[in-house]
Amino acid sequence: MARSEMSGSGRVVAPVLIGMLALGVWEGIVRVEGIPPYILPGPLLVARTVITDWSTLFPSLLVTLAITGAAFLVSAVLGLLLAVLFTQSTWIERAFFPYAVILQVTPLVAIAPLIILWVKWIPLALLICAWLVAFFPVLSNTVLGLTSTDRNLVDLFRLYGATRWQALRYLRLPAALPFFLGGLRISGGLALIGAVVAEFVAGTGGAQSGLAFRILEAGYQLQIPRMFAAVFLISAAGVLIFVLLQGLSRLALGRWHESEIEAES
Amino acid sequence: MTAGPPVVALREVSKRYPSGTIALDRLSLDVGAGELLSLLGPSGCGKSTLLRLIAGLLEPSAGRIEWTDPAARHRLGFVFQEPTLMPWARVADNVRLPLMLGGMSRAESDPRVDEAIAHVGLDGFARAYPRELSGGMRMRVSIARALVTRPLVLLMDEPFAALDEITRFRLESDLAELQHRRGLTVIFVTHSVFESVYLGSRVVVLSPRPGRVAASRRVEGPTPRVEAFRTSAAYLEACREVSALLAAATERPVTLALSPSGGEGSVPPSPSRGRGPG
Repeated sequence: MARSEMSGSGRVVAPVLIGMLALGVWEGIVRVEGIPPYILPGPLLVARTVITDWSTLFPSLLVTLAITGAAFLVSAVLGLLLAVLFTQSTWIERAFFPYAVILQVTPLVAIAPLIILWVKWIPLALLICAWLVAFFPVLSNTVLGLTSTDRNLVDLFRLYGATRWQALRYLRLPAALPFFLGGLRISGGLALIGAVVAEFVAGTGGAQSGLAFRILEAGYQLQIPRMFAAVFLISAAGVLIFVLLQGLSRLALGRWHESEIEAES
Repeated sequence: MTAGPPVVALREVSKRYPSGTIALDRLSLDVGAGELLSLLGPSGCGKSTLLRLIAGLLEPSAGRIEWTDPAARHRLGFVFQEPTLMPWARVADNVRLPLMLGGMSRAESDPRVDEAIAHVGLDGFARAYPRELSGGMRMRVSIARALVTRPLVLLMDEPFAALDEITRFRLESDLAELQHRRGLTVIFVTHSVFESVYLGSRVVVLSPRPGRVAASRRVEGPTPRVEAFRTSAAYLEACREVSALLAAATERPVTLALSPSGGEGSVPPSPSRGRGPG
C-alpha cells in the first residue's frame, strides 16, 4: 500500500501530538503509581526545574554549545580542506586516510582521559575530543562528493581547457556540496555528543562547567529533576542543531538538488 | 551539405584500453569542412571512443589524427548523449561555461550567451535551472553550450537517443538548419539508421568492435533537410541501403521497419503495413 502524502502542517502536528501523548502517559504513570521524583520525575516537574534552575543550567548550556560550535566549525573547515587535499593527490589520500579512519574508530571515552591529561587547558581538550568525533563524516562525505563528479562534465572541463583550480571551483566543489552538507548534518549531532562525553570524562566544576557536569553533579546530589532538565536541554540543543543544518541544506540546495526538492513537495 | 576539403583526417587510428579492449582498429576517415557526417554502428563499436579521440579527450594507441586547420582543433563543441548540465547553475551559466573557462568576462560573454540561447529556441529560459526544463529543452541547452564558442567542428554523441520521437524530430530539423546556416562541420554519432540518413550528407557505417569503417554512403537530399524529406522515396531508399550496409557490417540480417522512428526492435518490411515514409 502506498504511503499517503502529508501536508506541511501535518509534518509538525503529527510528531507534536505523539510527543504530547507520550508526555501525558509519562505524567499519568508517575502520578498514578506515586513514583517519587528521585526515582522518576514527571515531565511537568522537569519543565518546572528547567525554569527554576535556569540560572544554573543556562550558563552550562552555553558552555556545552560553545564547545560543540567550535568543534563543529573546526570539523567543517578542516574536513573540507583535508578532503580537497586528499582528492588532489592519490598519494596524500593513501598516506593519510587510514589515520583518519583510526581516529574515527577509536572510542572517545578511551582516549579522552589522555587528551585531558596532555592538554592542560580544559576547554581546548574538550574541543579536541568533540572534533575527533565530528570531523570524520565531513571528511569522508566530502571526499566521496569530490570524487563522484559526472565524468562527462569532467571531460567537458578538460575539453575547454579548464585549469585544476577552475575544475575544483566550478565543478568539483559544487558537485560535492550535497555530500558536504550531508556530512555536516551528521557532524553537528556528533560534535554535541563528543562535547558531552568529553565533559563527562573531564568532570570539571566551577563556572566553566557544561551540562554534562550538571548531570553528574545532580546525580551525586540526587537532584534527579535537575538531571532530567539538563538531559532535556542537551536533547533540545541537538534538535536545534539538526534543524539549523537542515535549513542551511535547504537554503543551499533547494533550487537544484533532488533531495531538497522532494523535501519541499 | 557539400563537403569541402578535409578538416580532420584519421589515419590508421587504433585504440586499445588498459583493460585490453580494442575499441578501434586501424580506422581511417576524412571529414570534410562543412560536412554533416553520420557515424552509424552497433552499440559498443567504438563510435564514442572515436569522438573522444577527435576531441583530444583520449589518445590513440596507434595511428594519427591530422587537422588541416589547426584552429579547428581548438574550436570544438561537444554534445554528449546526456545533456551533461551543471544542475546547480542556471541555463545562462551552463551555456556560459566554455567562455568563462576561457577567461571571458561576464559582460563580454552575455551577448554570446543570449545569442546561443536564442539559436536553440530557449529565449526566456536563461534564468531557469536544468531541473525546471524538459529532456528536450535540456538537450537544447547542451547544444547552446557547444555553440557558444562558435565552434568550427561540432561533435555529437547520440545526443537525441534518450528523447521522445516528436522532440527528436524537431531537434534533428533544428540541427540540420543550424548546421547549414553556420556552415558547421558536424560529426554525429547514432545507432539509428533513420536518424543517420535524415541528418547526414554522408553515412559512415562502422563494424562491430573493434570498430573500423565498413561502408560509406552519400545521401542526396534537400539542404538543409526539411520534414518532407522523411517521407520521400529518396529517403526510404537511402534507409534501405544503409540498413543493408549495416547488416553486412554486422554480418547478421537487420530488418527495417517502414517507420522513420529511428527506434530499435524493427520488424520485416512489408508493403502492406502502410506505415512507411513513402
